[in-house]
Amino acid sequence: MKYSIFSILREGLRGGKGWTPAWREPEPKPHYDAVIVGGGGHGLATAYYLAKEHGLTNIAVVEKGYIGSGNVGRNTTIIRSNYLLPDNTHFYEWSMKLWEGLEQDFNYNAMVSQRGVLNLYHSDGQRDAYVRRGNAMRLAGVDAELLDADGVRAMAPFLDFANARFPIQGGLLQRRGGTARHDAVAWGFARGADNRGVDILQNTEVTGIRIEAGRAVGVETTRGFIGASKIGLACAGNSSRVAAMAGLRLPIESHVLQAFVSEGIKPTIDQVITFGAGHFYISQSDKGGLVFGGDIDGYNSYAQRGNLYIIEDVHEAGMALWPAIGRVRTLRHWGGIMDMSMDGSPIIDKTPIDGLYLNCGWCYGGFKATPASGWCFAHTIARDEPHKLNAGFRLDRFASGRLIDEKGAGAQPNLH
Amino acid sequence: MSSAGRLPTGGLIDRARPIQFRFDGRSMSGFAGDTLASALIGNGVGLVGRSFKYHRPRGILSAGSEEPNALAELRSGARREPNTRATTVELFDGLEAQSQNRWPSLGFDILALNGLAGGFLSAGFYYKTFMWPAAFWEKVYEPLIRRAAGLGRSASAEDPDHYDKAHAHCDILVIGAGPAGLMAALTAARSGARVILADEDSLPGGRLNGERHEIDGRAGSKWAATATAELAAMPNVRLMRRTTIFGVYDGGTYGAVERVNDHVAVPPPFQPRQRMWRIYARRAILAAGALERPLVFANNDRPGIMLAGAVRSYINRFGVTPGQRLAVFTCSDNGWRAAADAAAAGVSIEAVIDSRSDVAPALGADLVARGIRIFRGAQVIRALGSRALQAIEVRDHTGRVSSILCDALAMSGGWSPVTHLTSHLGGRPVWSEAHAAFVPGTLPPGMSVVGAANGAMTLARALASGRDAGARTASDLDRTVSDAPLPKADDEPASVRALWHVSGGRGPAFVDFQNDVTAKDVGLANREGYRSVELLKRYTTLGMATDQGKTSNVNALAILASERAQPVAAVGTTLNRPPYTPVAIGALAGHHRGKDFRATRLSPLHEWAREQGAAFIESGAWLRASWFPRPGENDWLESASREVRAVRSAVGLTDVSTLGKIDIQGPDAATLLDRVYCNTFSTLQVGRARYGVMLREDGFVMDDGTTSRLAADHFVMTTTTANAVGIMRHLEFCHQGLWPDLDVQMASVSEQWAQLAIAGPKSRETLTRIVDRQHDISDAAFPYLTAREITVLGGTRARLFRISYSGELAYELAVPAGVGSAVASAIMEAGKDLGIQPYGLEAMGIMRIEKGHVAGNEINGQTTARDLGLGKMMSRKKDYIGRVLAERPALVTPDRWGLVGLKPVDWTSRIRAGAHLIPIGAAATTANDLGYVTSVAFSPTFERWIGLGLISGGASKHGTRIRLVDLLRGTDVEAEVCDPVFYDPKGERLHG
Amino acid sequence: MRIRCPYCGERSNDEFTVLGDADALLTRPSGENIEAFHEYVYQRTNPAGLHRELWYHSAGCRRWLVVTRDTRTHEITNVAFANSRGEGATA
Repeated sequence: MKYSIFSILREGLRGGKGWTPAWREPEPKPHYDAVIVGGGGHGLATAYYLAKEHGLTNIAVVEKGYIGSGNVGRNTTIIRSNYLLPDNTHFYEWSMKLWEGLEQDFNYNAMVSQRGVLNLYHSDGQRDAYVRRGNAMRLAGVDAELLDADGVRAMAPFLDFANARFPIQGGLLQRRGGTARHDAVAWGFARGADNRGVDILQNTEVTGIRIEAGRAVGVETTRGFIGASKIGLACAGNSSRVAAMAGLRLPIESHVLQAFVSEGIKPTIDQVITFGAGHFYISQSDKGGLVFGGDIDGYNSYAQRGNLYIIEDVHEAGMALWPAIGRVRTLRHWGGIMDMSMDGSPIIDKTPIDGLYLNCGWCYGGFKATPASGWCFAHTIARDEPHKLNAGFRLDRFASGRLIDEKGAGAQPNLH
Repeated sequence: MSSAGRLPTGGLIDRARPIQFRFDGRSMSGFAGDTLASALIGNGVGLVGRSFKYHRPRGILSAGSEEPNALAELRSGARREPNTRATTVELFDGLEAQSQNRWPSLGFDILALNGLAGGFLSAGFYYKTFMWPAAFWEKVYEPLIRRAAGLGRSASAEDPDHYDKAHAHCDILVIGAGPAGLMAALTAARSGARVILADEDSLPGGRLNGERHEIDGRAGSKWAATATAELAAMPNVRLMRRTTIFGVYDGGTYGAVERVNDHVAVPPPFQPRQRMWRIYARRAILAAGALERPLVFANNDRPGIMLAGAVRSYINRFGVTPGQRLAVFTCSDNGWRAAADAAAAGVSIEAVIDSRSDVAPALGADLVARGIRIFRGAQVIRALGSRALQAIEVRDHTGRVSSILCDALAMSGGWSPVTHLTSHLGGRPVWSEAHAAFVPGTLPPGMSVVGAANGAMTLARALASGRDAGARTASDLDRTVSDAPLPKADDEPASVRALWHVSGGRGPAFVDFQNDVTAKDVGLANREGYRSVELLKRYTTLGMATDQGKTSNVNALAILASERAQPVAAVGTTLNRPPYTPVAIGALAGHHRGKDFRATRLSPLHEWAREQGAAFIESGAWLRASWFPRPGENDWLESASREVRAVRSAVGLTDVSTLGKIDIQGPDAATLLDRVYCNTFSTLQVGRARYGVMLREDGFVMDDGTTSRLAADHFVMTTTTANAVGIMRHLEFCHQGLWPDLDVQMASVSEQWAQLAIAGPKSRETLTRIVDRQHDISDAAFPYLTAREITVLGGTRARLFRISYSGELAYELAVPAGVGSAVASAIMEAGKDLGIQPYGLEAMGIMRIEKGHVAGNEINGQTTARDLGLGKMMSRKKDYIGRVLAERPALVTPDRWGLVGLKPVDWTSRIRAGAHLIPIGAAATTANDLGYVTSVAFSPTFERWIGLGLISGGASKHGTRIRLVDLLRGTDVEAEVCDPVFYDPKGERLHG
Repeated sequence: MRIRCPYCGERSNDEFTVLGDADALLTRPSGENIEAFHEYVYQRTNPAGLHRELWYHSAGCRRWLVVTRDTRTHEITNVAFANSRGEGATA
C-alpha cells in the first residue's frame, strides 16, 4: 500500500482497518541470487538498491533478530558529510544527497531534518584543523562555514561562554547536516525492498557460510541452508564473528558506544552541536528528548551496554557545554556494538573468497552512511567491483598503507 | 474541581505542621509528610496535567515514581525542573509547581483538538505522511510537530545548585526498604556485615506505609519505623533515604542518586542538591517491590481513575481521598482492599467490580454486609466525564450494561515485580503465568531478589524471603547469622487472573498514558508487521515516555500476545535500560562543569609568569603563558613580535616545564631507546643530547623530542607536552610487554623538574652569571648538544642542555620544581642589563616556524618521518618500532605530501593555516588539491607572513608557485614554495 | 568494571587504560616482513567470549596487565602481569 495523505484520511475514517503489513514475512527460498547477512540499515539499504538500481529482485536479507535491532536503532541519529579525506568526503556527500531525496524515494517519512551540524573549536590548533577540513569539504562541493565565537553565540546563546574551562572560539558548521529518525530509516528501506520483491527473513540467524571450491555458495541458518550466488555481509559489530565463519580475520574490533536520551522538553536546541573540548554531541529529537553521546568505553565488547565512567564523562561534558540542563533528566542509556576499524574508516569490498562481499568498519559513523553504504555495496555486489565512491574502502589498504585515517590516531581502534 | 479532599483524620502526615505551596499560581496548603500529589488531592485538585500527543486531561494515577500523568514544572527561574512527578515531590514551604504541555491553560488546551483527530493520528501516522511536497517537512510540518512536542520547559540559565559525587563500599547492598528489604537488611546487619540500605522514598517502609497490615500485632508502619531505627543505630549500616539505585554496572558497581536537598526550597549553603554515588557491593539484595497495573478500558485515563494501591496510599499514608464516591475495578484479590480501606476511612463505596466470577466468597464479605454493590464476572467498559470522572459503565456477567455514578475509580490489574535492575546486565525477566507477570530471570552476578520483586506477593512471604536472603547472603560472606524469630504477619489473599483489555466501550483505551498509546495502536502495529516487542515499542513509542513504561509495558505485551494468539511468554519483553528512574544531568556531572570541567595543570613557573604579567591560554590540560604584554602594546602580535626580536637580538626566557620528562636508567637503557626511536641513541656519548623521532608501529610519526645521556646507563628523555602521558605509557608497554628481558627502569619526572629555555645571542652571558663557577659553559667546554648536571645559584642542583628550538644560541635549564620560580627570577635579574625578556607560547611558535621545526600541526598522526623531511633519521642498521610498516608501498611514493615552506608572493599578504594548495590556473576542487597549510606566523624577523605546509611532491616543488585557497574565509593567495627552514638555514647561530 | 590489579588490589576500570588484544600485541614479529607486521598491527580475532587484553594501571602502579575478560558479559576471570606474558592466575 502506498502511503499518502489520502491513505491516512481513508484509514482514519475506517478505523485503520485497511492498513496492511509494511513488509511480508516470507518463508526462505532454497536459493537466491544474493543473500545479504544483516537486517540493519546497511543490509536493508543494500537489498533496496540491488533491487532498485541493479534489477536484482531474487534477494533475501537474513536477520538473526528483528530488522533494525542493531545500531540503526541505537545511534544518536546524526547525518552529516563533514569529512576531511577525499575518499570519505565524496562518499559521505553522496550519502547526504541520497538522504535528501530518500523519503520520497522509498515512500516512508524518515524525518530527515537538515538542522545543521556545528562542531565547536576551543583552540587555535583545533581551528586550524577545522579550517583544513572545511576547505576540503568545500573543494569537494560540500557546504561548510566557519563561525567565530559571536557566530556560535548567535546560533546557540545557551552554551557556556562565560565560565568555560575551554572557552568556545568558534565552530565549523554544515547546514545540510542534521538528523533523521533512525528506526524509520530501517523500516523505510525494508518496506521499499519488500515492495520490490526482496525477502526479509527475520529471526533467521546465520550459523555458517558454505564455501565450495573457493566460492561462497550459501549460508547455513537456523531455518536451514539458503543457497546464494552472492553473499554480502553487513553485520556491523558482529562482522568479525560472521567473517570468521568464512575463515576471514578482519582489521576490526567490536567496541561498545553508549547513547543517551533525556526526558522530553520543549524545543531548546535547534542544531546538532559537538563539543570540541571533550567527546560530546547533542541534538533534540522531534519528540523533545535531548539525544546525546560521547566516547566509546574503550574495551572490546559484544554486550550492548557500557559502564559508569563514560556515562559520567558524557554528562560532565554536557554540563560544561550547556550548564542550564542540570535539572533535565537523563531518561535512558544504552549501548551499541561498533565495528571499529584500524584507521577509523569503513571497508566496502570484495573478499578473497569469490562471491563473498564485505561491508564493515563503520566505527561510530555508520548511521549517516546508511544510504551510500547500501548503494555502493549493492554496486560492488552486482558488478563484482567497487564503485569509484568506495574504491578507497579496500580491505587490502592496511597492507598497502593506503590508509584513510581522519584523526591520525593510528592502528588503535579505541582512539578513532 | 473534583470532590477529592483531605480526610478529617488519619495518615502519617504531621497535621501540626501546615505547609503553603502554589500550583498554577493558586495558593494551597498541605502538611509535612505530604507529596505534591497528595497535597493536590487534599486541595481537591483532580486535573493535573495533559498528555503528550492528544493533550487529554490527566489526573494522578499512582503514588510513586511510576507516575505517567501527574508531571509538573517544579520551582522557577534557573531552578525550573520540567516533568517532575508530583507523586515523588515532598511538599515544602514555598513550593511552586506549574502544569505543563498545555496552552493557554490546563483547563482549556487548544491542542486537545488532537484527540478529536485520533483516528488519523494513530501509531506511526507520521511515517506515512508529511512527505509532500518534499521541502515542506523542514519548513512547515516539522516546526509544527516540534512546537507541540516535549513536555515541560527546561531552565534557560545555568543551574545554580551543586551536585556531589561519592563512592561507597559494602558487603551487601539492599535495594528497597519495604518489608522484605528491611527484613533482609536487619538479618544481614545483625551478622556484622557492612550493609547499605537504599530507598527512593523519604520514609522507609514501602507499602507498609500505604496499607493497614499488622506485623507482630501492631501497625506495619510502626514496625517499619522500629526496624529503621535499629538499622540507623548500627555502625555497620548506612541507611540511604531518598536514594534511588538507578543502574547496575559491571563488577558489582551500582549507580545511585541521593536527593539530598530536593525536599527543601533551596539547598543550605555548601550543600549539594543531589549526590551521585558509585556503590561497590560484594552482594546485592533487590527488594524493589512491585508496581500495580492499570486496567485497559475506554477512557481509562480520566482524572479520578487511579491505581487501587495508590488510593490506599493516599488514604492511609497521606489522609486524603481522590473522591467521595469510589468504585473499584479489579481482577485481583488485592483490589478489594482498596474498597475496605476507603470504607474504613468513611468514603462511600459505590461498587466493587471484579472481572473474575469465581471470587472467594470471603473476599469482601464485610462490604456485602454493608450493602455495597458487588459485581462478579463484570467489567468496567467505559468511563464518563472529561476533566473529571463522572460515572462508569459496567457490563455485568449477563452482558447488561449499567451506569454507576462515581467521582473516583480504583483499578487493579495485578502487580508486576520491579525487575528493572535485574535486566541492566542483560538478564531477561521470564513470564510467570501464576503471577500473571514477568519475574526475574538471569540475575546480575551477586544479586538475589526478594519480596514482591521476586513474586512473593503477601506480607508474610515478603518478610520470610527477606530474612532468608539476608541470612544466606551474610553466610556466603562468612558471617555468622543468629536465629531471630520472623515477625508475624498475614498471608493475605493475593490471587489474580489477568484481564488485559476490556473491549466494547467507546473511546480510546490507553495502555501507555503519557505517550497516548492505545490498545488499538498495539493491534495496528502488529497488523502492520511491527510484531517484535521491540518494533512495537519503537513504532508506537510505547514505554518511551518519562515513566519508561512502568505501568504500561506488561499490558501492552499481553495485548500484543492476544493479537498474535500466542502466550505472553512467546512474545517476551523488552529489556529495561538504566536508569530506573530519570536522573538529573547535573547529578551525573557532579562538580565537573564550568572551570572545573577538567583539572587545570599549572607549571611550576606559573607564579613567575604571573608576576611577569603573562596572558595565559588553555593549552590541553595546561594553562600556559601565551605572551607577556607590555604597556603600549595593542595586541598579542605586537607583544609576541617584541619577544621574538628580543630572543633574536639579545636573550629571552621561557617556560618549557610542560614537556614530558622521563628518566630512564639501567644497563639496557640505550637498547630500549634504540628500539623506540627511529634514530640511534646507543652511540650517543655521555654528556650529549640528541634529537629523536619516535614512530608508531604503523610507521607514522608518534612524537619527537630531545634525549640526553647523563651516564652510560642513565638517560633523560623529553617528549612533547601533548604526548607526555602517552609516551610514558608506550615506553612501559615496550619494556613490560615486548622486551621484559631488558634491564631498564623508568619514571616520569615531568612534575619534578621545572625547565626553562634561555635563548638568544646573550644567553650564555646571562647563564654564566647564575651557573656556579666550577662549571665551565664556554662554547669550547659546553658546545652545542652538550647535556650535563651542574649547579646554579650557589649549589642548587640543575641540568643544563645546550639545545635550541628558537634557532639561536640557547640552553634549557632544568631545576627542581620547587625552586623553578626563584631560578627564573634570578635569571631575569641576571639578564636585566642584557635586555632579557620573558617570552611565551606565541613567540615560541613564531620562531619554530621561522626555523622550520615541526610541531603538533605537522606531527598529526598522518605524516611519516619522510613526509616531515626527517627520513634521514630512520636508521637502516637496527630494528625499531615502526621500521617495517613505514616501508609499505603507499608510504614511500614520491607524490606523498612533504613538508615545505610557503611565503606569499606579495609580501604584504596574510596567509592562514588550513588553506589548501591549488595549482595556479586550476579549479579549486578535490582533484586539484595538492596539500594544505599546516602552520603560519607573522615573522617579525622577515616582517612578513610565512607558513609551513604539506604538498604533494614535497621538496621537489621548491621554487614553484601555488595558490593558498581558503574558501571558508574567502582568501586566495599566491605563494612560493620554499625550504621550510626560513631562518639561518645553515644553523650557524645555534653554534654561536 | 572492577579490575583486580595484582599489585594494587581491586580498582575501578577508570584507573586503567586499555590497549587491546594481548595475544596479538605481545607477539611482535622479528624481521622485515611487511605481511607479518600487517598481521600483528591490524588483524584481530575479536572474539565474542574470552579475550585476553592489555590494560595499563595508569592511575596506579603503571604495570601493564593481561586481563582475561568475557566480551559478552564483561566478567573478568584472570589478571596477570604482561611481563610474564599474562601467565599466572591472580584474580
